[in-house]
Amino acid sequence: MADTRDLREVYKDTLCTLAEEDKKICIVEADLMNATGTPGFKSRFPERAFDVGVAEANMVGVASGLAAAGMIPFAASFGCFAARRAYDQFFLSGNYSGLKVKLVGTDPGVSAIYNGGTHMPFEDIAMMRAVPGLTILEPCDRRSLEELIRQAAYLEGSVYIRLHRKGGLSLYDENTSFEIGKGVVVREGTDLTIIAAGLVLMEEAVKAVEILEQKGISAALIDMHTIKPLDNDLVLEYAGKTGAVLTCENGQAAGGLGGAVAELLCDTKPVPLSRLGVKDEFGQVGTLDYLKEAYGFTAENIVKEAENLVKRK
Amino acid sequence: MDQNEIKRLEEKAREIRIKTIDVIGNLGVGHIGGCMSVIEVLTLLHYKTMDTDPKNPNKEVRDKLVLSKGHAGPALYCILADRGFFPEDWLYTLNVGGTRLPSHCDMKRTPGIDMTTGSLGQGLSAAVGLALGGRINNLDRHVFAVIGDGESQEGQNWEAAMTAAHYNLDNLIAFTDYNKMQIDGYTKDIMSLDSIESKWTGFNWHTLRVDGHDMAAIDDAVERAKAVKGRPSMIILDTIKGKGCSFAEGVLSNHNMVYSREQADEAIRLLKGEA
Ligand SMILES: Cc1ncc(C[n+]2csc(CCOP(=O)(O)OP(=O)(O)O)c2C)c(N)n1
Ligand SMILES: [Mg+2]
Repeated sequence: MADTRDLREVYKDTLCTLAEEDKKICIVEADLMNATGTPGFKSRFPERAFDVGVAEANMVGVASGLAAAGMIPFAASFGCFAARRAYDQFFLSGNYSGLKVKLVGTDPGVSAIYNGGTHMPFEDIAMMRAVPGLTILEPCDRRSLEELIRQAAYLEGSVYIRLHRKGGLSLYDENTSFEIGKGVVVREGTDLTIIAAGLVLMEEAVKAVEILEQKGISAALIDMHTIKPLDNDLVLEYAGKTGAVLTCENGQAAGGLGGAVAELLCDTKPVPLSRLGVKDEFGQVGTLDYLKEAYGFTAENIVKEAENLVKRK
Repeated sequence: MDQNEIKRLEEKAREIRIKTIDVIGNLGVGHIGGCMSVIEVLTLLHYKTMDTDPKNPNKEVRDKLVLSKGHAGPALYCILADRGFFPEDWLYTLNVGGTRLPSHCDMKRTPGIDMTTGSLGQGLSAAVGLALGGRINNLDRHVFAVIGDGESQEGQNWEAAMTAAHYNLDNLIAFTDYNKMQIDGYTKDIMSLDSIESKWTGFNWHTLRVDGHDMAAIDDAVERAKAVKGRPSMIILDTIKGKGCSFAEGVLSNHNMVYSREQADEAIRLLKGEA
């Protein structure tokens, strides 16, 4: 039967499987357990599920202490609060201290919908990229999420995971393997390379490459589930092969995935580059469709960007 | 307050409650629980206590309100519209793309909103700043703040509490909406606040505790708080999350609820006493 689970369910199921095997796995939450989808974890492992209340800084501090005590903590909140309200705790108690804290930020970018601008993290990737040695993940596909969570649990270092709660893609067959730091080629192409991260943009990018195909433009598509460390080899290989790169992300392009790819290309082998993402704006309320339209996160806009980009080659 | 005044305010609170259920119901989802529990205090503040002017929302000398539990914005919007801060039909644009009324209070978008909130725990600090600013400028006005009980778990509240007491901010009057619930469950099960009164008295605040759905009792507490010199006041309101809304009151999952037009209409009928 087809896997139709929401990504948060995949997250919870994976943590439960890991916790079954390993008594070190635990969760720390801040009154958003229902949103993160982890009540099922709490009912199975009540002694390893901590809800500290509405207190994100405390949550990450406690997670850091748990890590220092040898546990493997997964702490979660909305991305806006996980990143912004607990940044120093994550930076210092977690990363600077060399501890392994896995921090999950849900409701990335426009997926915060009715919670609006106060809750819409566009900046978390840029903030997190500035933390030395931190790994940043944003999987959009169910199997990749499961596998990357497993690897994240045992990675030597802290991890920030951008988790889209609802929906999810099943892009890959049984044989596809996933590795932190290695992008996945969703589709080959010759005229340009689209590098996307996260559910919102990947859904649209998959549609966009079909439309481009009909227009006679062959676009390669890469699922960049790891934003840091960036898969430099893959980016450079496809930049070389196709001669143009379009990045797509659900957040600020400056400092985000687009920023990472721009830095790499400028440092090595520049090719025409376009970065589709939020352009120095705050979030706002609306339905997902409204917000996708407002920030240009649509297949039509990706197609337009791609067409303009290939003209620059 | 005489009996007529109490009656007038209670009637107004009923209207606002009905309007709020209707407005959120128009969208079909929203923070109904936390809106219902603050209807009385917001009504009292806006229809009796505070000096504000809908025709001149930014006049310099006025009382200010920081609704720190910003997710109760829709309840406040219903009051602001009724008072004439903006047209009534704006209410039905709640959370619609391009609206001036988002879920969480936004001072850049909405006339009558004195502080942007939504990231819990930040409002009391802002209220301290407003109170300090008012004092420096010799403005004989009060700053009011409303925080949630779950929200009180944010450490920043206690930093603000220390600051307000340190600076003897007797022009600051805060309320805790003590509805005993947050998102993940009952506050006592998630992260207990016991004993909440001794926490505030311990921080040197003049602390009162009253039934948060009893208009006369809240008013009495506010008058007593105003009379106190040299200390900020905290009025703990014992409330019920979802109060007065048939499908929400007492329901543990009433924080951010999806509900139908029929449910809204039924709740409104009951409030109107139409059975
Ligand atoms: C910093 C921050 N963390 C988390 C949230 C998400 N959130 C919104 S309301 C809420 C629960 C608040 O509980 P309480 O203060 O008791 O509100 P009430 O019961 O009055 O609705 C949470 C966790 C938030 N808005 N801000
Ligand atoms: Mg509460």
